[in-house]
Amino acid sequence: MRSPRATGEVATPVGRRVFLGMVGLGAAGVVVGSSVQRWVAAALRPVTSVSGGGVSALIPGEDRFRIYTVTDSLPSMPTSQYRLSVTGLVERPLELSFDQLKGMPSTTLVRDFQCVTGWRVAKVRWDGVLISTLLDEAGVLPSARALRFDSFDGVYTESLTLDQARRPDVIAAYGFEGGPVTSQHGGPVRLHVAPMYGYKSCKWLSGIRVVDRVEPGYWEQNGYDIDAWVGRSNGRDDAPTS
Amino acid sequence: MFSVLVLTAIPLYFGSLAAVVGHRDVVARIHVWTGVFLPVPVLLSVLGPWGRTLRADLRRVNRWSAGELAWLRSFGRDAFVRLDKLNPGQKLNVSFTGGSIVVMLMTGAVMWWFGPFPDSWRTGATFVHDVLATFIVVVIVGHVGMALTHPASLRSMITGRVSRRWARRHAPAWADEMAAES
Repeated sequence: MRSPRATGEVATPVGRRVFLGMVGLGAAGVVVGSSVQRWVAAALRPVTSVSGGGVSALIPGEDRFRIYTVTDSLPSMPTSQYRLSVTGLVERPLELSFDQLKGMPSTTLVRDFQCVTGWRVAKVRWDGVLISTLLDEAGVLPSARALRFDSFDGVYTESLTLDQARRPDVIAAYGFEGGPVTSQHGGPVRLHVAPMYGYKSCKWLSGIRVVDRVEPGYWEQNGYDIDAWVGRSNGRDDAPTS
Repeated sequence: MFSVLVLTAIPLYFGSLAAVVGHRDVVARIHVWTGVFLPVPVLLSVLGPWGRTLRADLRRVNRWSAGELAWLRSFGRDAFVRLDKLNPGQKLNVSFTGGSIVVMLMTGAVMWWFGPFPDSWRTGATFVHDVLATFIVVVIVGHVGMALTHPASLRSMITGRVSRRWARRHAPAWADEMAAES
């Protein structure tokens, strides 16, 4: 094929440059993208919503929740119907209404929300009741070692050891970013385990069962770590984040 | 396969649609494995013995004359350049698509097989994957738009052929090449 190109006419290798340039930019982006996103998100936070929908969803590269459900839809329940049961190895099983939960001493946590696959939303505010408080109300029996969390989606479950559950940054959350926890985010009430990856924070929380051993939950049965400390699990051993 | 990737990406990315589609683990798996296997037909086409013309075309895509660079800089308004089989915009699209496939695979791999990577890299990969996905959608819209408004080009993508008259008018440098060979 006697193309002008083949005869040695000066030709700029644009194709190769574009291709390699993209690959180089992509690799650089993997390494610095996290910091760029922090900067972008801080700049846009006043005008966008991290909630996962709306126009902000069209802006890539800033903090935004991804909405996960493992069933075929998002469960929802009006707060008037909502009940949180605390059962199992306890002296006084509880069945708390939404109002009762709100009436208990509340805790506010402002932490980064980190998904194990990478997406992250900085400084998310959650309000709720310490699991520790709920356990004290119910009176945990000496044989207890762990908690099992059930979701009213009928499928999802999670677990924590008793020590993990009693931490000051583990709550049953009814408040998200100053408003209620919507059904999209696992409301009316979800678990929030701040120092661990998002999958531990069971959404659409219906029950806490106090048990004598850890029962691996939904994603653990799919190969994820049970003790999902951010940076110190699921393959890593780094210093903890916020 | 490209369509499967884009279609599965939509509920993975947009919360309101994720709520309707659900089954994130299934949708994500389809998306990931389609992406992993996407290069296979491409590589088979290029590397097989049937790929001689395609390989020659890739050389065209890569090596640009000064005239082609000028055409691009003038956004296609420079009438003095004799265009090749693919115009510079089309050549750019090929390079962009090739680069995108590699970058999406690379960042997607960090997101899915995340074990060895620090959280900041996983976040960075998600960031790059999201931003590039947006560009890809914009390019696809432009590409489809161009195809729908240029019927001879659209037909040529399906049949692999253009008329001699079309070639002499729209791709004269290539038409000359073909004439010189016969």
